Amino acid sequence: MAILVVAEHDQHKLRPATLCVVTAAMRIGGEITLLVAGKDCSAVAQAAARVPGVKRVLHADAPHYEHGLAEDLAPLIVRAAASMTHVLAPATTFGKNVLPRVAALLDVAQISDVMRVESADTFVRPIYAGNALATVQSSDAIKVLTVRATGFDAAPDAGGNAAVEALEAAPPSGLSTFERQELTKSERPELTAAKIIVSGGRGVGSAENFKIIDALADRLGAAVGASRAAVDAGFVPNDYQVGQTGKIVAPDLYIAIGISGAIQHLAGMKDSKVIVAINKDPEAPIFEVADYGLVADLFQAVPELTAALDKPA
Amino acid sequence: MKILVPIKRVVDANVRVRVKSDRTGVELANIKMAMNPFCEIAVEEAIRLQEAGAAKEIVAVSVGGPQCQDILRTALAMGADRAILVETDGETQPLGVAKALQTIAAREKPDLIILGKQAIDDDNNQTGQMLAALLGWAQGTFASKVERAEGGLRVTREVDGGLETLMLKLPAVVTTDLRLNEPRYVKLPNIMKARKKPLEVLKAADLGVDLTPRLKVLKVDEPAARVGGIKVESVPDLVHRLRNEKKVI
Ligand SMILES: Cc1cc2nc3c(=O)[nH]c(=O)nc-3n(C[C@H](O)[C@H](O)[C@H](O)COP(=O)(O)OP(=O)(O)OC[C@H]3O[C@@H](n4cnc5c(N)ncnc54)[C@H](O)[C@@H]3O)c2cc1C
Ligand SMILES: Nc1ncnc2c1ncn2[C@@H]1O[C@H](COP(=O)(O)O)[C@@H](O)[C@H]1O
Repeated sequence: MAILVVAEHDQHKLRPATLCVVTAAMRIGGEITLLVAGKDCSAVAQAAARVPGVKRVLHADAPHYEHGLAEDLAPLIVRAAASMTHVLAPATTFGKNVLPRVAALLDVAQISDVMRVESADTFVRPIYAGNALATVQSSDAIKVLTVRATGFDAAPDAGGNAAVEALEAAPPSGLSTFERQELTKSERPELTAAKIIVSGGRGVGSAENFKIIDALADRLGAAVGASRAAVDAGFVPNDYQVGQTGKIVAPDLYIAIGISGAIQHLAGMKDSKVIVAINKDPEAPIFEVADYGLVADLFQAVPELTAALDKPA
Repeated sequence: MKILVPIKRVVDANVRVRVKSDRTGVELANIKMAMNPFCEIAVEEAIRLQEAGAAKEIVAVSVGGPQCQDILRTALAMGADRAILVETDGETQPLGVAKALQTIAAREKPDLIILGKQAIDDDNNQTGQMLAALLGWAQGTFASKVERAEGGLRVTREVDGGLETLMLKLPAVVTTDLRLNEPRYVKLPNIMKARKKPLEVLKAADLGVDLTPRLKVLKVDEPAARVGGIKVESVPDLVHRLRNEKKVI
């Protein structure tokens, strides 16, 4: 087995999801090659070489790889995939954007959101917002997979010593160009890597009111998430959305506040270790998945909770 | 500009599906079906581009069984001009659908193809990207804003870190995210009008597209259910349990 893992990074550091994909690759078993494509990203290639279990790092450096454009990356990945049995990338917006393009160019299917590896050709993935789990088998020569990070522990980021090889860049496609990005700036942990997440829903009522969610999150060192309704209403930016069509999270503690618990929201958080729900409606479906439910008005309960955490146990 | 909008018929978003007892799939008998919500957003976006004068013709297309005519009629009632059904009895998977759509694109020669980012039944999120690859076109996935601009199409995308804006050369493929627009309700007179709009049925076999599934579903299981929790009485009670029972804070 020869497995190519497409690394996701920001030109400086590997994104944590990449390390979960390496673990998935180890489950498949075989020789693991990490592909690092970017602009002036040799620090990332070096970091990739230190991941235990990685045999080889392919480093492609060119200006047009800076923004992860699928039209430019796909031909490069296809070239690197020629001698591989598997191509893996994280099921993030980066991986979801580029990997189906790779699969089509290779004339093979893609298996999306793999959460368990049964064997080298058989994988488990969620369908219908996680209300069913399908075990699927691929007969394609090259298996192309996006990997759901919450299904696999992160591989260690030190201890390995892989060889780094330069990979020649392919010419720019000229099909698309990057213009700008507006990234949400936050001192808080990244949503998909956080140990604790405090999420607010429509019940929070406004962007202004979200301050009480922020205050609780800061007290816990938590990330802040949201339901689709809270994002649509403009309380918080789009990248806060947890759910079937947003981010998939599985922290040690997930606190859902003013969120009813629609199946699409549950799809993104029901694998959290401990779930707390605060909602004034005792019938809200979120209570069906919550380990601890508190039926209360959030405007009283949340500040009270934040204050209570300051008191010694 | 001519716009092609591929749409999929799926289980209605409000239905809670059940896994069949023989574990071959989910129960679909007598279940409410509808146009995939992301496809509704795609149809709506095409209509808005047409209303803004940026598009001339909108063609909706679906690959699937004869029942898909119902969602094609819905797209026509929303405002699409024509519809095409690529009829097949078998299961459809993204690569096969992308190939069928490639064939339709070769016939129709659209300047823009707008798809949903994801069908909410199989949650694949692949077809648009695959189609862009097969056609060798630019792709703007997970779009929350689409504007006609000098030299192409400006697309703002919802990415994990926030928003990203790309310029795409035309022809291009765009896939829709939730916040691109809010689809209109279909009015009764428009449903009547839609009955007279052209809906062409083509057999997949006649088009020579290979729809053979590449992935075999060995079984479908119910996910492990969470064991029911408890209601706590008060905030101090909650804090006590999180600290001492679960030790998560
Ligand atoms: C195709 C599609 C994809 C979707 N994807 C996602 C997704 O990825 N993520 C997602 O979250 N949703 C998604 N949704 C939307 C989902 O169906 C729900 O509409 C959404 O999750 C509801 O958000 P909410 O719980 O915040 O709002 P609501 O359902 O309106 O619930 C608000 C809750 O707040 C409570 N509340 C109100 N005031 C107070 C108060 N003062 N104190 C305490 N509680 C209070 C209410 O009792 C209620 O339970 C999707 C929908 C579709 C159709
Ligand atoms: N059978 C189909 N017929 C027409 N369009 C489809 C079909 N399957 C998928 N699509 C399109 O591709 C999008 C993404 O679907 P998927 O890749 O299956 O998640 C959908 O929102 C549709 O726009």
